[in-house]
Amino acid sequence: MAVAAATLSELAGRAQPVAIAGDRLLPVLPALESLLPGGGLRRGSVVTVGGSSVTGSTSLALSLLAAVSAQGSWCAAVGLPALGLAAAAEMGVVLERFPVVASVGRGSGPGGWAWVVAALIDAVDVVLAGPPSGPGGGVRTADARRLTARVRERGAVLLTCGDGAWPEPAEVCLTVTSAAWEGLGRGHGHLRGRRVEVVAGGRGAAARERRAQLWLPHPDGGVRQVEDEEAGKEVSSGERRPHARRVVS
Amino acid sequence: MVSGVRTLVVWCPDWPIVAAGLCDRPAAVLAGGRVVACSASARAEGVARGLRRRQAEARYPPLVVADHDPAADARAFEPVAAAVEAFTPAIEIVRPGICALATRGPSRYFGGDEALAAQVAAAVDEVLASSGGGGGTGPVCRVGIADGPYAAERAARRGLIVPPGASAAFLADFPVSTLSFRSATEGNAEQDDLFFRLGIRTLGDLARLPAPAVLARFGPDGAVAHRLARGLDERPLAARTPPPDLAVTAELDPPVERLETAAFVAKNLADRLHHGLGAVGLTATCVLVEAEWEHGERLARRWRLDGSGSGGGGHTAAALAERVRWQLDGWMTAAAAIATTRLPGGLTLLRLEPEEVRPDDGRQLGFWGGDRAIAERVARALARVQGMLGPDVVVTAAPAGGRSPADQIRLVPWGEMPPGARPTGPKGATPPWPGRIPSPTPAVVHRSPVAAQVVDAQLSVAGGPWSAVTAWAGPWPVDERWWDAATHRHRARWQVVTAEGTAHLLSQEGDRWEVEATYD
Repeated sequence: MAVAAATLSELAGRAQPVAIAGDRLLPVLPALESLLPGGGLRRGSVVTVGGSSVTGSTSLALSLLAAVSAQGSWCAAVGLPALGLAAAAEMGVVLERFPVVASVGRGSGPGGWAWVVAALIDAVDVVLAGPPSGPGGGVRTADARRLTARVRERGAVLLTCGDGAWPEPAEVCLTVTSAAWEGLGRGHGHLRGRRVEVVAGGRGAAARERRAQLWLPHPDGGVRQVEDEEAGKEVSSGERRPHARRVVS
Repeated sequence: MVSGVRTLVVWCPDWPIVAAGLCDRPAAVLAGGRVVACSASARAEGVARGLRRRQAEARYPPLVVADHDPAADARAFEPVAAAVEAFTPAIEIVRPGICALATRGPSRYFGGDEALAAQVAAAVDEVLASSGGGGGTGPVCRVGIADGPYAAERAARRGLIVPPGASAAFLADFPVSTLSFRSATEGNAEQDDLFFRLGIRTLGDLARLPAPAVLARFGPDGAVAHRLARGLDERPLAARTPPPDLAVTAELDPPVERLETAAFVAKNLADRLHHGLGAVGLTATCVLVEAEWEHGERLARRWRLDGSGSGGGGHTAAALAERVRWQLDGWMTAAAAIATTRLPGGLTLLRLEPEEVRPDDGRQLGFWGGDRAIAERVARALARVQGMLGPDVVVTAAPAGGRSPADQIRLVPWGEMPPGARPTGPKGATPPWPGRIPSPTPAVVHRSPVAAQVVDAQLSVAGGPWSAVTAWAGPWPVDERWWDAATHRHRARWQVVTAEGTAHLLSQEGDRWEVEATYD
């Protein structure tokens, strides 16, 4: 009976409207809720994901898409030629609703990065964009302002990630400040999980700095908050497993 | 009462088998796990349409099994269509394996229905014999003439010529279940079942019912079935001829030689045609595809759009684009193989003209309206990007089998049908890939592997600064594609974590190191 009720509620959840226009917040995975003002991605906002010298920003960006995509919304990626789509699927992004623009033209005219991003903002709920990097790269301030206005008007979310910089102050800036892998030893084991610390800052409601310790990914898959006792255990078990601690940067 | 247009239908039995070149042995063609066609020798062993693969193989274990390839069917049918077209330019391909023509003009010219049927059959048999190798077990065709395409198709299956006005009597003895054979849609089969349970066993029984009562009880589908049973055309003859401006044309300068590019143009044209028709509340049931080539050659072919197309019904722009693609494939690829046609060169003009239209009955949107509208909005935006940057730039990913992170994903240009799903194990589990690196999967997979150097537990990526390797595992040796010298790779994979906390997936081939992916 309980199983039937669970199945029914799951079906009811699936049949729900995918995007209610009035819904101002797009959902995120429960572990990420504490990082974002309101506990979700606010429609019409620009969110930057970066990690100064520490890796993990791509995974963090993909994990932000997971719940939105699973709920039935469309997401799209542009300017990230090396994005691992198998990892995206593993993170929970539904690949059928995740078109990827593999390469863009040069400059800011039609076919350029800003043009493609603008076209996608019109259509999908979340655009994951990697600003062009390298010499002659970057986003022009005028383009950035125009895209910000467009995102606000369309009620989409622009998520930037990667090496290129976003020249305007974003609503929310997420930064991975530390990352430590678990499971890999000196010649044995394999990568299982990674503990990261994410710092969120930004403007307005997001101005207050928020921090979270996350498993990204958890050894059992998915993204979870690091429990306090796990943190304690890690220190003690680290004594016994020196390699596990040495991985910490 | 208007009777149907006098129609000749050429029917090549088991066309998917003929197209696959399997008619000389016991073989079956499967689509969606069910037999859609089987050769005569397989039928003699008890294999029948609609069986599951396992059932068919149980009935005759040495059965040769092939997957259904509609594009190949259409391509293989091209020579047959060309042979029939020698009699009259106005032929309709109902679907690969069946084509129809109105006999009014040709039968007068060639000396009556019988003479026309005999000559068409001889011409088609000659084409089939030259392509299928001939012999007693080679492919054959049957020709039938009756009033209206449906009755003519039934007549063709028996190789009969039904006298004018006698089509209703001819159809009367067929069981109602034959109605569902005209298109492979579920709804019809259900309806036929309903007819049967209500005691309407033959088409004659159905035809005797009053038309208004059938419409009231069974709705528009029932009314169509009733018209068919009475030997009338499926479409009322008063079908409106569309105003000429609905035709869409694309001039191609420079000429297009690659099929992919032409197919992309065709997709845009199909969209435009669809929107143009949609604006006046119509939908096309028959479209003339016309192409002009560099050497001034002009080819045209009619395609009927019934409800049995893949991609959700034959009336969508995607289904039309698919058919135009098949046709172009036939012209561009198969034309080279036919001795009588010279290589047509580049395509300079493509034109789609709706020949028959009917009012669009509309379709049901999702209860909350959202789903489909959003998907169409996305499709529009992506088509815009494709139009600017080329069709291959926008991709969607489909899971695929493989060991390296790059192999586990196959990229399909947006708007194209994803390739057939990989076989999955019991309960949908992915098949095992020994030597695959366990999850998590790296989030950054380098398009082309980055050269790296590893010396004394120190790693340098792309000539960058050295950093200490603090943890590692491996090697996971893989010996891939040893059967193919060109793509054979024998290498070992390593997972390493550097002092900065960055994890890489390295691959080692001899003493060459590459960063294949990064766990970003």
